[in-house]
Amino acid sequence: MNGAPATADSHQMSELLSKRIVTGYGFWIFLLSDIIMFSAFFATYAVLARATAGGPTGRDLFNLDSVAIETGCLLLSSFTCGLASIGAQTRRDLLFYGAMTVTFLLGLGFLSIEVREFAGMVARGAGPSRSAFLSAFFTLVGCHGLHVSAGLLWLLTMMAQVFAKGYRPDILRRVLCFSLFWHALDIVWIGVFTVVYLMGAGQ
Amino acid sequence: MSPAEDPDLAPGDEGTEGIAGYVVGLGLAILLTGVSFFVAQTTLVWQPSIPVALAVLAIAQMGVHLVFFLHITTGPDNVNNVMALAFGVLIVILLIGGSLWIMAHLNQNMMPMDRIMQMQR
Repeated sequence: MNGAPATADSHQMSELLSKRIVTGYGFWIFLLSDIIMFSAFFATYAVLARATAGGPTGRDLFNLDSVAIETGCLLLSSFTCGLASIGAQTRRDLLFYGAMTVTFLLGLGFLSIEVREFAGMVARGAGPSRSAFLSAFFTLVGCHGLHVSAGLLWLLTMMAQVFAKGYRPDILRRVLCFSLFWHALDIVWIGVFTVVYLMGAGQ
Repeated sequence: MSPAEDPDLAPGDEGTEGIAGYVVGLGLAILLTGVSFFVAQTTLVWQPSIPVALAVLAIAQMGVHLVFFLHITTGPDNVNNVMALAFGVLIVILLIGGSLWIMAHLNQNMMPMDRIMQMQR
């Protein structure tokens, strides 16, 4: 990076630190590629947003109150996830497990609201096969929802691994990757609620 | 093994701020989100300006999340992370902007759908 080698005396310690940096950097590259995949879905949605084929538009379908609650859940869960990563790095059990549990519950709340919204739309005949607009909507928002589901499973795995193996350096690296993943999902959600819901409901 | 001993930081590593950084980030994010939802539903401002305002607010909030939650900053210990981010942003802009640009031109230059249907008969 800057060419300056780590000045830590212990060779083993500097090796562990640089492993953490390399792991984090590699995962950061993965997250950026994931964001590029999302940007393709965003581009598709933006192109097809007005292709409603005479069906319901975003203004008819979206309920901004529930979107605001979803946004709050995800934002707070991003915050508590940050607290959990501090708890893991400073090895404070209460902070780590407590913040991870709150993160899980907020993520679950987000998902349940989203699933209810999807089920309501399909029940009204506004499923993904109704129009190009709805196909793009379900692809984009559903893909984000799938990421959140995977993140929740990962979260439980991390809690179980810390519980079973303790705060080992390799476990801490996984916690770091998980928190990066969770924060990146929140960044994608900023794009979703702005482009899909706020711009869609305002048209 | 505190990250402060090392000249480089992994993305997501705590800098010196700790919990305070997350609190500041949360406060800014709530503020920006609240303004976004307010702007989208208000009738106070000139309507065509709303999408632009929403886009600016969203980009600002993404920046807040990157700095305060993911700890991607412009510090000297963060150069590689920022370079990767810059490349990612370039691709995202090309992909979204390019798609919208091309499809808008295509729509403008294409014959209306009913004319195409007539010609196919």
